[in-house]
Amino acid sequence: MNSANIGLKKIMSAPWIWAYLAAFVVWLATVLFTGGQGSIQILSAALSFATFSVIVGIGQMYVITLGPGNVDLSIPATMTFAGAVSMKIMDTQDAMILPGLLIAIGCGAAVGIFNYGLIRALRIPPIIATLSSSFLVQSAAIAYGRGIKIKPPPMLADFTTWRILDIPVLAICVIALAALMSVVLHRTVFGRSVTAIGQNQRAAALAGIPVEFIRFATYVQSAVFAGLCGYLLSGFSGGASLNMGAEYLLASIAVVVIGGTSVAGGHSNVPGLWGAALFMFLLVTMLNTYGLTAGYRLILTGLIIVMVITLAGGRKQD
Amino acid sequence: MEGLLNPRLMRNLLPAFSLTILLILIFYIQPRTMSYLGLNLLLNLALPIAFATLAQMCVMTVNDLDLGIGSFVGFVACVGATFLRDTPAIGILILLGCVGVYAGLGALIHQRNLPSIVVTLGMSFVWLGLALLVLPTPGGKAPDWARAIMTWKTPVVPFTIYASIFVALAVHFLLMRSAYGVVLRGAGGNPRSVERAGWSLLRIKMAMYALAGFFGILSGIALIGLTTSADANIALRYTLLSIAGAILGGGEFVGGRISPIGAVIGATTLTLAGSFLSFLRISPDWQIGAQGGILIIVLALRVLINRMEAR
Repeated sequence: MNSANIGLKKIMSAPWIWAYLAAFVVWLATVLFTGGQGSIQILSAALSFATFSVIVGIGQMYVITLGPGNVDLSIPATMTFAGAVSMKIMDTQDAMILPGLLIAIGCGAAVGIFNYGLIRALRIPPIIATLSSSFLVQSAAIAYGRGIKIKPPPMLADFTTWRILDIPVLAICVIALAALMSVVLHRTVFGRSVTAIGQNQRAAALAGIPVEFIRFATYVQSAVFAGLCGYLLSGFSGGASLNMGAEYLLASIAVVVIGGTSVAGGHSNVPGLWGAALFMFLLVTMLNTYGLTAGYRLILTGLIIVMVITLAGGRKQD
Repeated sequence: MEGLLNPRLMRNLLPAFSLTILLILIFYIQPRTMSYLGLNLLLNLALPIAFATLAQMCVMTVNDLDLGIGSFVGFVACVGATFLRDTPAIGILILLGCVGVYAGLGALIHQRNLPSIVVTLGMSFVWLGLALLVLPTPGGKAPDWARAIMTWKTPVVPFTIYASIFVALAVHFLLMRSAYGVVLRGAGGNPRSVERAGWSLLRIKMAMYALAGFFGILSGIALIGLTTSADANIALRYTLLSIAGAILGGGEFVGGRISPIGAVIGATTLTLAGSFLSFLRISPDWQIGAQGGILIIVLALRVLINRMEAR
C-alpha cells in the first residue's frame, strides 16, 4: 500500500501528466476568454474529436514503440480506403452496419499485411514501405469512391454522434479501448514483446521473442485501427470523403509524441494519448476563440509540436 | 559479359534504365510526343520536382527525412509570387532567412537527438501557416525573370532537359566528387568515424539542411515560373514525390548512400508516370497509385540486384 504522498509523487513523475495539464491550461484560457460560456460544450466537442486521433494513435504508438525507423505513414490512406469501401457496401442500410464494420477492419488488415510484406520482401525501412503502399491505397480509395460522398447508415450516424448528458458515448467506448490496449501492452506477451523489441531488438531476438511475427502483428494492428477509425469517422462526419484521413498523419504521430511515448522506442504511454488528443483539439479551439486566422493556427500548432518534441525528446535508447 | 552483370554497375544504371523504358513506352504509344513541343509538355513540371527531390536527398544523406519540404516549397512559391516580385530585397531576405531556419533545424535535430520526421512534420504546419499569411487566397504573380527563365525556348530540346542535366552534374560534382562531399556523405555512413577524424557533425548536419533549404527555394521559384501564380497548397504532394524520387534514383535510406544524378532521373520518371497513364487512357485516379507501383517495382529490382551481389 502506497501512502497518498508517494502516490502523488508517482503521478507527477508520469510523462503523461503534462499532456493533461497542458490540455487543462488551454481549456481554462479559452473559458476565461468566453467568460465561462460554453465551457462544457467545448469539453464535449474535444472528447468527440479527440476520439478519432486516439484510435489511430494507439496503433501508431505500438508501431513507434518497436524502435527507431518504425512509423506507419499509410494511416491516412487506410482510413480513407476503409471509410469509402465500407460506406459504399453498407449503402445507407442499417442492416449492413455489422458487415460494414467487418469490411472496414478487413480493409485495414489487408493494408497491414501488404505493408509488412513490403518491409519484409523488399527489405526497405518501414517508412518507405508504408509510404509506397499509401500511394497505392490512396489511389484505390480515389478510384473506388469516385469522389462521391456516400452517407452512412442512419443508425451508425446516430451511434457515433450519440451523447448522454453531453458525454459522447463513442468517446467512452474508446476510453475503454485505450484501457484495454494499455493492459495488452503491459500485461500480455504480445505487448511486452513489442516493448522489448523497441528497447533492444537483438536482445529480444536472442531471448527467443519471435521478432518478425510481433512486427507483423503490430503493423497489421495499426492498419486495423486506421480502418476502424475510417469507418467511425465516416459515420460521425456524414460520409467518407477523399481527404478525410489527411490530418490524421500528423495527429497520429503528434498524440503519441506529446503523450509521452519515447520516439526512440521501447517506452510507450497509453493515458498520454488521450491527454495529447484533447490538448491538440482544445488548442485549436482556443486559437479559434481568440479569432486567429487559419495561418496563425497552423503556425502555432506546428511550433508547439516542435517545442514539445524538443523538450521531451532526446531520450537516448541506452 | 562479366562487366555488364556487375551488380554495382547495374544498381547505378537502374534509375536510367527505368526512365528509358518509360520513355520508350510513351514514344511507342504516342509518337507525337517525340517532338520539341511534346517533350516540353511531358517534362514541364519535372524541374521543380527534381529540385525538391535534391532537397530531400540532402536531408537523406545525413540519415534524416524531411516531411515538410512540400509545404516549404509552397511557402517559397507564395513569397516568390508576392514579395520577390514587389519588393525583391525583402523577398530575398525572407528566402535567406528560410535557409537559416533549415540550418537551425539541422542543428536542433542533431543537438537534441530528435527524430527528423516529427520535427519536419511539425514544421510543415508552420510553413503552410506562413504561406497562408503571405497569400491567403491563391494568386500573386511570378517575377518576370522567373517566368522568362522557365519558358526559355532553348535550341533542339526544351530548357527543362538542359537544366536537369546541368543541375544533376553540378550536385554530382559537389557531393560525389569533391573532398568535402565525401565527408558530408560519410556523416551518413559512419558518423562516429567522421567525428573522430575531427569534423564537426553539427556543422555537417547544418550544411546539409541548409543545402536542402536552398534546393527547396529553387523548387518553389521554378514552380511559380511555370504556373505564374501561387497557392499555399500548390506543392503539398512534393513531400511524398521527393522521397519517392530520391529512393527511385538509387538513394538509400541510411548510410549516406545517395545519387544526385539518380535523384534527378527519379524525379523525371515520376513526372512521366502521370503522362504515361493518360496516354494509356487510364483514369487519372490511378496516377499516385502508378507512382507507388513504379517505386515498388524499382525497389524490388534493387533487392534482386543486391541478392546477386551477395552471391
